[in-house]
Amino acid sequence: MDNIAGRKSSLSWAVNISVVVIVALWLFPTVGLFVSSFRTADQIATTGWWKAPFAAEQNLTLRTGAPDSQAQEGDVWVIAGNLFDEEGVQPAPISVWGISSRDVGAYAVGETAETRAGERITVLENGDYRMEAPERMEGSRGQRVFVTAVVPPEFTLANYRQVLFSDNSTDSMAKAFFNTLTVTIPATIIPIVVAAFAAYALAWMDFPGRALLIAFVVGLLVVPLQLALIPLLKLHLGIGIGKGYLGVWLAHTGFGLPLAIYLLRNYMAGLPRDIIENARVDGATEFQIFTKIILPLSYPALASFAIFQFLWTWNDLLVAKVFLIDATGQTTVMTNQIVELLGTRGGNWEILATAAFVSIAVPLAVFFAMQRYLVRGLLAGSVK
Amino acid sequence: MATMEIRSARKTYGTLCVLEDINLSIGDGEFIVLVGPSGCGKSTLLRMIAGLEEISAGEIRIEDRVVNDLPPKARDIAMVFQSYALYPHMNVADNMSYSLRLRKADKPTIADKVRDASAKLGLGALLERKPKALSGGQRQRVAMGRAIVRQPKAFLFDEPLSNLDARLREQMRAEIRKLHRALGATSIYVTHDQVEAMTLADRIVAMHGGHIQQVGTPLELYDRPANLFVAGFIGSPGMNFVEGAVELGTFVMRDGTRLPLPEGMPETLGGATLGIRPEHVTLGEGLAAEVELVEPTGHGIILHLRLAGAVFRVLTTDRRWLTPGDQVQVGLPAGALHLFDESEQRVAPAPHPQQ
Repeated sequence: MDNIAGRKSSLSWAVNISVVVIVALWLFPTVGLFVSSFRTADQIATTGWWKAPFAAEQNLTLRTGAPDSQAQEGDVWVIAGNLFDEEGVQPAPISVWGISSRDVGAYAVGETAETRAGERITVLENGDYRMEAPERMEGSRGQRVFVTAVVPPEFTLANYRQVLFSDNSTDSMAKAFFNTLTVTIPATIIPIVVAAFAAYALAWMDFPGRALLIAFVVGLLVVPLQLALIPLLKLHLGIGIGKGYLGVWLAHTGFGLPLAIYLLRNYMAGLPRDIIENARVDGATEFQIFTKIILPLSYPALASFAIFQFLWTWNDLLVAKVFLIDATGQTTVMTNQIVELLGTRGGNWEILATAAFVSIAVPLAVFFAMQRYLVRGLLAGSVK
Repeated sequence: MATMEIRSARKTYGTLCVLEDINLSIGDGEFIVLVGPSGCGKSTLLRMIAGLEEISAGEIRIEDRVVNDLPPKARDIAMVFQSYALYPHMNVADNMSYSLRLRKADKPTIADKVRDASAKLGLGALLERKPKALSGGQRQRVAMGRAIVRQPKAFLFDEPLSNLDARLREQMRAEIRKLHRALGATSIYVTHDQVEAMTLADRIVAMHGGHIQQVGTPLELYDRPANLFVAGFIGSPGMNFVEGAVELGTFVMRDGTRLPLPEGMPETLGGATLGIRPEHVTLGEGLAAEVELVEPTGHGIILHLRLAGAVFRVLTTDRRWLTPGDQVQVGLPAGALHLFDESEQRVAPAPHPQQ
């Protein structure tokens, strides 16, 4: 392609690199969170999440059988068995082992070590051991053996069980999850419906003061919402809405409307005038033009605003704290729940990672399900 | 099918007047073409008839009913747009049936009408397609089909062919003509292409600067243009004009060249313009001219000459070998001369074009 319109920009390498960097920046924490949420607290503490899919060398402290399991074979006393018989230990191939905490890798598998008491121990790779002593062994516990084993990767759903289904109300995200949905879905739908009507009127209907109204909406875009928090809350309390779902829906609607109207009006104003006029000549009323022509053609704009509004209300903490969450804690949302978890379970990374992933799972799904609307041009083929 | 009557219609935007004192009556089943250069107000007039623009003054009647204040849907007219304006989210059948569905026609009727219209236009195999999967000519046909299914009182066409390539335009032009003959519907067609106007129209309305310049059959406009504008606009290549004055029955050009005028032309006229169509100029005996440019068109040659200090075009089928700089003699047959006065209006009797 030598024509000017099709020429590749000389800066395309910069674009490519930026894309890679941005994707990496976004992907690493997400994947890390996702992987961590399937690991136990011990795994998180010992190795990084990026090592999770690989077998890890791990030092284990195991014990042989207790002396009361010894048996006499000829003139020696013997304890034999497998080190991994202990409860809660996964069998793993042993590479080196030792009998002193100061030198845990003193012996290779198959070698024989001698303790200070004169017992001779041989450990095989699969954990089989044989301890021999010339005299009867004393004590109540078995000999400690430090082994270095290669442990296969292991993932667990226990964190999710804990976070989603436990009865413990401080840990449970399930209630908060549904509360967040209860806030988010109406808080996305109501402003879209209102804004679509408003945008059509502002784009295609002639009435006095239309330009002023548009300018007013654009002006509202730059008003910070914090400005309205206290007066609005006072209003809600004054007219009896109080703190609750209705209040937070109305608040999100109000805060989302300027952007919604602005985006949708601009999109609708860009629709071909001929199509609308043709519909008028065809006999459609304004309302039919709106529902049958404008709305279907505005799907890309509606979808992109829906994604924005959904993500913003889903991740919102401020508006929920002000208008929704009361002293009973029955209406807590996920963002607030995570803040509380940080306080009560600050050290439990596995719980925090899982809770965080639960809260980002839905936005991720929404984004991937609807991203095609962001790029699809529904208008292809209508006007030449 | 209906008659239409436009009386003293005006259109103003603030203080700007784009259409002034438009009077036109259109007979039942007539095919009227509004033609003129960009900005002459022809599309505005069409949109006023459709109800998409308000009528500032005067009145428009469709079948003796004043429609000034009626919304488009109450006027029972169908319009075909230059951009086709197909509904991109509906397939061809839905596009065509939309107006019927709005009128709550019952399903079998809709299906029948869509089938009829699509058969007429050769769209039968495309009914399930979306507009984006159609070619330009097919989209154009769908736009026409959408108008046909309604069986309206009148069809309005707003430059429907200007987005098509030359060959397709020719083909669609013929189809529109055939369609009009088959349906016999009153049609108003806006175009800036005078060839379209000539070939399609029963009557042409030539417009310029917000005024109607002349109304007549294509040949009337070609043979007896009412003023300089119509004379220059109709016909391709355009008419040649020479400025000068009439003295004692002779036309005197600016450089003194004299040309006797036929009987019936005025004896004296200061500040006149003489016009003759390039195809009526003969090569051979007559005034001396110099060849400036030769444009072969295949079936003939367009010669650009310099005659009496002005550019003069000649259309000839004579394949004589001429190169720029050659001297030729051109004859201006008396019967093909058009004379216009100072106010650019045609004067005196209609010359009879020579065959």
